[in-house]
Amino acid sequence: MLMKLARLSLWNRRGTVLMTWLSLTISIALLLGIDHLRTEAKSSFTSTVSGTDLIVGARSGQLNLLLYSVFRIGNATANISWPSYERIIKHPQIAWSIPLSLGDSHRGYRVMGTTGDYFQYYRYANSQLLNFAAGQPFNGVFETVLGAEVASKLGYRLGEQIELSHGVGAVSFSQHKDKPFTVVGILARTGTPVDQTVHVSLQAIEAIHLDWQQGAPIPGRQLSAEQTLNQDLTPKSITAFMLGLKSRMATFTVQRQINEFKQEPLTAILPGVALAELWQMLGMVENLLLLISLLVLLAALVGMITTLLASMKERQREMAILRAAGAHPWYLFVLVQLEVLLITLMSMISAAALLWLGLYLLQDTLAAEFGLFIRLNIISMATLYWAGAVILLAAFLAAIPGILAYRKAVADGLTVRL
Amino acid sequence: MTDKPKIPAIELKQLRFYYQAAGWQLNLPALTLKVGEHLFVRGASGSGKTTLLNLLSGIAQPISGELYINGQPLHQLSSGKRDTLRAQQIGVVFQQLNLIPYLSVLDNTLLSSHFAGQCKADSMPRAIALLRRLGLADNLHRQAANALSVGQQQRVAIARALLPQPTLLIADEPTSALDSENRDAFMRVMLAEADANGCTVIFVSHDQSLLQYFNLQLDMQRLELGAQPC
Repeated sequence: MLMKLARLSLWNRRGTVLMTWLSLTISIALLLGIDHLRTEAKSSFTSTVSGTDLIVGARSGQLNLLLYSVFRIGNATANISWPSYERIIKHPQIAWSIPLSLGDSHRGYRVMGTTGDYFQYYRYANSQLLNFAAGQPFNGVFETVLGAEVASKLGYRLGEQIELSHGVGAVSFSQHKDKPFTVVGILARTGTPVDQTVHVSLQAIEAIHLDWQQGAPIPGRQLSAEQTLNQDLTPKSITAFMLGLKSRMATFTVQRQINEFKQEPLTAILPGVALAELWQMLGMVENLLLLISLLVLLAALVGMITTLLASMKERQREMAILRAAGAHPWYLFVLVQLEVLLITLMSMISAAALLWLGLYLLQDTLAAEFGLFIRLNIISMATLYWAGAVILLAAFLAAIPGILAYRKAVADGLTVRL
Repeated sequence: MTDKPKIPAIELKQLRFYYQAAGWQLNLPALTLKVGEHLFVRGASGSGKTTLLNLLSGIAQPISGELYINGQPLHQLSSGKRDTLRAQQIGVVFQQLNLIPYLSVLDNTLLSSHFAGQCKADSMPRAIALLRRLGLADNLHRQAANALSVGQQQRVAIARALLPQPTLLIADEPTSALDSENRDAFMRVMLAEADANGCTVIFVSHDQSLLQYFNLQLDMQRLELGAQPC
């Protein structure tokens, strides 16, 4: 009966309840959304690279290097010459290395030149190796391995021919049309920027740029795909490289030696440290957002209590009737509390739905534009804590109209003052 | 339960109430009603009828005096206990607007048994029977209360007041909105139901023509006389 009363009473005031519901839905969705983004962004960022001891690029800030080498965001300031790379990897402490060559794209997805070692040594999340959903690593020059996202979004299968574009825009005016690539492998989904990468060999990068100079084709010197294969395809430079060391103890020594490399100004970073720094920067902003969303939630709850308080006046008769029928004053208190709880719960459910829908629609954009891989599953311990906190806060605030109803019931008795 | 007839349904002694805001007080030296008796209380508005009803139903506390409902000392009980006692032993009907507008007729009726802690499976058929006897056909039971005429609403209020089978029925001018034909039917069915339940009735009205239904009367202007036979 209590439930029925609360339900029908809310339905009776559905106009104001609807508005309250809407404002609560939006604010709860905002709160949960920001919190979800925060945790997801953190795990997405920190799981991007794992098991790599050092990342080396041309001299620049460590964040810049991390962003372009791992997250494929932004561009390198300069390249590393191939001889320097070859010299450094001869260091006795180095177990493996993965050279990276960036700068081209395919329909908005970054193309990365690398070697077969990439598929052997690159690790993400909890030291997981890359897996092939189909096919195998590239062998020939004009072969490519696609990230899961690239393959699924563009609908590519094994054996398909694709063309690369010069530069990294989604729409490029200069295409490497004359040298198509065959898809030989598709990677399993990783939830990292690897999903959005088109992988080719370093030789391929060299081959498609043989007849180019200063970012444009050299007029009258076009080479066909077959012709390029006869040329020397040793890369002249690479963008960055990742290093795995034989002993982690040597990390700082090797880092210092690379930073002091005489032939070329280089920067070696520890991915973990750089990720932490990146996270710290983003974390500040997101804490601020979280604070703002908390305040928005508080405003929405206060709004709900305000409408409840306003409705208490017109509900005086209702309360008196309940009293006359035998209701204890605390019953009225519980009734008001239950109404608040119902609105809050309804808002939470719709907020979760709204958030899920929003994430579903924005997931690709977030991944493509910001390298953020957000899972759709918004139910976590943190969400449950927030839900609990919202309910407690709502119940606490609802005590105000609840106590008012209680006191009015005690003071007015059975008389209804019109 | 064999000694039940010996306990008065309501007994009050030297009841005093002081109404601060108006600087006015109410004194009722003595009033005793046996189970099943019907008391007619008359008095103009502002004569303290509502206060008396609040005192009798345990909503308002007297500053002194004793009040027993069915032998239980209402003046000694905590407010929570008074509420429980009221829910179980006292049915109340107002002048008008007795019903929660958004609940159905049946749910409005069931409210009282719900608050009295009676189980729904048991009270539901009784509520339906009671509504029928009060002239409310089955097709009205599921309607929202505010779809009914005022006369019908008053009868629903009676049904609600009587459903928990209270010791005492307090009615505050329930017939004021009814025409004479409806009113007489209403009085007969209300008192018949009260008698069937062994329920004592305290009925407040300024309509002298209703006096015929009662065996006792109390004049608000002359409270010191107590209940007088009609």
